[in-house]
Amino acid sequence: MTSGLFWAGGRAEVSSTVIEVRNLCHTYMRGTPLARQALKHVTLSIAEGELVAIIGRTGSGKSTLVQHFNGLLRPDSGHVFVDGKDIWQKGVALRDIRRKVGLVFQYPEHQLFEESVASDIAFAPRNMGLSDNAVDDAVREAMRIVDLDYDEFAERSPFELSGGQKRRVAIAGVIAMRPKVLILDEPTAGMDPRGREDVLREIQALHDEHGYTVVLVSHSMEDVARFANRLVVMEDGRIAMDGRPRDVFQRRDELVEMGLGVPQITDLMAELARRGHNFPTDVITVDEASEALLPSLLAASGMAGESDSPCGGGGR
Amino acid sequence: MNFANAAVGQYMPGESLMHRLDPRTKMLVSLGIIIVLFVVSNPLAYALLAVPIVLAIAISGVPVKLVFRSLRPLTFIMVLTFVLHLFMDPGEALFSIGRITATDQGLRLGIVTVVRLTLLVLATSIVTMTTSPIAFTDGLERLLAPFARLGLPAHELAMMMTIALRFIPTLLEETDKIMKAQMARGADFESGNIAKRAKAMIPILVPLFVSAFRRADELAVAMEARCYRGGEGRTRLRELAFSGEDLAVLIVAGAYTVAVAVAL
Amino acid sequence: MKPVVHVENVSYAYDGGNQEQVEALLDVSLKIWPGEFVAVIGHNGSGKSTLAKHMNALLVPTRGNVYVFEMNTQDESWVWEIRQTVGMVFQNPDNQIVATTVEEDVAFGPENLGVEPGEIRRRVDEALALVDMTGYEKSAPHMLSGGQKQRVAIAGVIAMRPRCIVLDEPTAMLDPVGRTEVLRTVRRLASDEGISIVHITHFMNEAVYADRVIVMEEGRIALSGTPREVFSQPATLRKLDLDVPQVTELAGQLQAAGVALSRCPLTVEEMADDIGTLLGRGPCRSELHSH
Repeated sequence: MTSGLFWAGGRAEVSSTVIEVRNLCHTYMRGTPLARQALKHVTLSIAEGELVAIIGRTGSGKSTLVQHFNGLLRPDSGHVFVDGKDIWQKGVALRDIRRKVGLVFQYPEHQLFEESVASDIAFAPRNMGLSDNAVDDAVREAMRIVDLDYDEFAERSPFELSGGQKRRVAIAGVIAMRPKVLILDEPTAGMDPRGREDVLREIQALHDEHGYTVVLVSHSMEDVARFANRLVVMEDGRIAMDGRPRDVFQRRDELVEMGLGVPQITDLMAELARRGHNFPTDVITVDEASEALLPSLLAASGMAGESDSPCGGGGR
Repeated sequence: MNFANAAVGQYMPGESLMHRLDPRTKMLVSLGIIIVLFVVSNPLAYALLAVPIVLAIAISGVPVKLVFRSLRPLTFIMVLTFVLHLFMDPGEALFSIGRITATDQGLRLGIVTVVRLTLLVLATSIVTMTTSPIAFTDGLERLLAPFARLGLPAHELAMMMTIALRFIPTLLEETDKIMKAQMARGADFESGNIAKRAKAMIPILVPLFVSAFRRADELAVAMEARCYRGGEGRTRLRELAFSGEDLAVLIVAGAYTVAVAVAL
Repeated sequence: MKPVVHVENVSYAYDGGNQEQVEALLDVSLKIWPGEFVAVIGHNGSGKSTLAKHMNALLVPTRGNVYVFEMNTQDESWVWEIRQTVGMVFQNPDNQIVATTVEEDVAFGPENLGVEPGEIRRRVDEALALVDMTGYEKSAPHMLSGGQKQRVAIAGVIAMRPRCIVLDEPTAMLDPVGRTEVLRTVRRLASDEGISIVHITHFMNEAVYADRVIVMEEGRIALSGTPREVFSQPATLRKLDLDVPQVTELAGQLQAAGVALSRCPLTVEEMADDIGTLLGRGPCRSELHSH
């Protein structure tokens, strides 16, 4: 599998690189019979202001990769640069790196431990040595960003909240460090459609309104297709594809082979092409598909002269 | 975090006589040897008791290096007890370092203790390394069964052991994850004095307990849904079978051990 | 034909703390037929898990009755019989595997039932074959993928020879590959083995393959019918914050714009077929394509 670095847009502009990894290798349980190489010479850079999604199936190395971004894992070989600084060089304080690169783990609500929501969110800023006032400011701001009312939730126990609220508290616990980059590992895992929608909307707001550089780790194509500017596809410890969602989804068969698939709508257009119809295939949303299909289908319908709406007329 | 080294004495699948033997046979024989080890204190007796242990290791086909690796975690204790005996025991002086003196009695007792511990660890390791966790708990349950009448919950103990074995890897993984998650929030587990470090463990321990309770809860429901209602009336996929081999080994090893104990 | 499970006007309330009674189910009625694949969808708190737990006497109704064949779940003397007839698979694959090897775990149910060893062996082998896990007998559960663990859990239920399996969000914690594995397995159990499946899920595209879809909201059944009947009501579904498959949404938009599609497609194949039919019927196919 060669890495396809055909994505070029954006980086040539003024935006600067925040995270860069070069030739990264990582092996778990090194020197035991269970040794498994999780990363194989990964090179990647992420520019300020990007909303990047890293996708891949379980075990493809995506979580391992992001745990290198803030120095939680140390590479066997290769380099990690944050703001141009090699984080494993002598004299670099990892705590500063972890503050700059916030990482929200999968099922982050499992890391809650404090008696109140506010003190749990305060854990990180306090570790960063902020003054009481600054900590309080950070907590209030983080709660506002994740849409948790301070007066209602601050003093409640995190353990008595609903699943979705717990997760928001946990995300706030990382945002409260005011990181430059926010990495979220499977932020919608195990949530119902309503919760998924809320969290995805918040992530988008973090990027669009609050100016975070966001790295989203996911295995759900439909989740990321909508708003990521860039998709990085990992397979077997390597970067298999890197580009705009539209371009990546063009390689449908390879993605299916990797157990990832593409949004259903992209799949439909591919299927139509396979059946010899001449429609564009670089379609990633329902609206785009509707636009692409409508003229020919309307023309054909005119001939047929039917006008049922068995799908409930679109429900609009 | 690397937990690979935690797996000391871990089961090594195989087909040897040691693997084939009923777990009860292996447990009884090694228990017998261990008891005798602590009753006698004659160097010749130790040498004789080492014979069946060495034989078992040889038959098992488990790499000798791996068996001896189980001694590693005890190295410190062995060295410490040896040194303590050497210098603290009364007896005739052998040599002195400053104000402390090594004695001949101390040397003898030191060696005895180290040999005892070594044989003890080897005897138990070779049993656990050739017995699958399931066979081990089954064997334990059966051996303890006669005491059930005295109120000892043999089945429950065995079930607890099985579940513990099943969840150790899961909980280790979880600990690792929680630690990393808190480190990502700036937690520091490595610096400061003992009190500070103990306090730093709270953000790990609380989530870990919460999660363990949640798991226990869910597991209990899942077990109930699969008709678990205690040990009564329960059958097993694999019934332990006490074979001719077992009988032979038990008689020979038993007689040998008793002979050593009586003769020396 | 007798239903395997008959839920009759069931309400269930529990004490939610602060002396508040939480009504988790309100007058729910439902029959599960032999070999039927029923998907239950709904949000967290819609009552779908509570409903599931009623089907094998893990919970008993506050009002109303649940029958498993002729056995009422209120009657405690039937409880083991009921749990053997209606097996259950849970969301978290890690928290339902009891034993340290795959085969021992699959054997756990039959062992509890007092089945004799030779027969347990046969059932374990058979169950593992049915979920495509033959060859993993001696594997340790923690070394398996999520999808594999869930299939082991399903095998553990199959080995008890149930007539119905209730799966409570078995795919929620899995990646797409694991989800496909589990879904393929349960579909096969319904169609080939005649085991009724109650599949509770958040994922709409899993409900597409069911014989019947039941949508739960606030403790009630909000919608029920074949997938086509349910998904052709996008307005209702949207009101419940549930989405329809993308192709169904597309078909709805096209129909609203005047495109004549004769049915409500649920899968990529169906949609491609319908478009093909429509364009095939058009007289100027090659001309249309030149646009």
